[in-house]
Amino acid sequence: MSAADITFYCFAVVVVTAGLFVVVSRNPVHSVLWLILAFFTSAGMFVLLGAEFVAMLLVIVYVGAVAVLFLFVVMMLDVDFAELKAEMAQYVPVASVIGLVLLMQLGMVFGTWTFADDAMAMRGAVAPPPGEVHNTAALGLLVYDKYFPLFQIAGLILLVAMVGAIVLTLRHRTDIKRQDILAQIYRDPAKAMELKDVKPGQGL
Amino acid sequence: MDTLLQDYLPILVFLGLAIGLGLVLILAAAVVAVRNPDPEKVSAYECGFNAFDDARMKFDVRFYLVSILFIIFDLEVAFLFPWAVVFGDMSMAAFWSMMVFLAILTIGFAYEWKKGALEWE
Repeated sequence: MSAADITFYCFAVVVVTAGLFVVVSRNPVHSVLWLILAFFTSAGMFVLLGAEFVAMLLVIVYVGAVAVLFLFVVMMLDVDFAELKAEMAQYVPVASVIGLVLLMQLGMVFGTWTFADDAMAMRGAVAPPPGEVHNTAALGLLVYDKYFPLFQIAGLILLVAMVGAIVLTLRHRTDIKRQDILAQIYRDPAKAMELKDVKPGQGL
Repeated sequence: MDTLLQDYLPILVFLGLAIGLGLVLILAAAVVAVRNPDPEKVSAYECGFNAFDDARMKFDVRFYLVSILFIIFDLEVAFLFPWAVVFGDMSMAAFWSMMVFLAILTIGFAYEWKKGALEWE
């Protein structure tokens, strides 16, 4: 067994354990922390596969942004976890049925999984051979012109997400004073101050 | 493939050292440190008075808005990386497809700026 194999098994054990603790840990904030560990370890596994760009993406996007988002969601929920635990018992039958169905589907997939004969050849025709091109470059050569529509749709989805988040969460308060930067820039020192000649003994 | 993994070997060594050092420090604290707790020592302390209520409270939803806007531009930058790597030998279509992508997200940026989503009132 080579060093890469040993590393793979270490990462695999850690990622499965972390996934398990995401589900079973009582405190949802701890769940998110376990999820971050799972993301990091999967990034390590992507590096072992040779997919460096995806690994770095996992660290930057998932650990850096998605995990923070999850933390905010968990902290915003403000649910009473003791109450939730008490209600959990009544969902056990439904949950176990769904779990059983998922397990059967996984079993069926593993039982009947076959590769089409030309599957590898079809994939090879799209991507440049792995030995010659660095994998970030290979991705760059494919995504922007061969998969042009999908790339643009990704951009549109991001736009929709941005607009949707703003529409759903932005509440503009009108009862407070805001900084008006333009007014500050256009402020004229000559007009900002007024000199008045006040006679002695009289007010303004 | 193997040269690629060899490039990452220092990170693996670093990871192993970090985990090992962390374990050693935790174990040392558990084994060596003197511990004799009493109720006053382990209770929460807030500048002389007892804690008022739970430290966990609802967050303002605007934190969520900020982080979701961050995620979107994070993804935009992630798309820019492979594009920048192949900049030398890409087709015109690839170049302009990224320009269109950036334009779409710039529309979103202008919208959020105009809406005042970037302001913290």
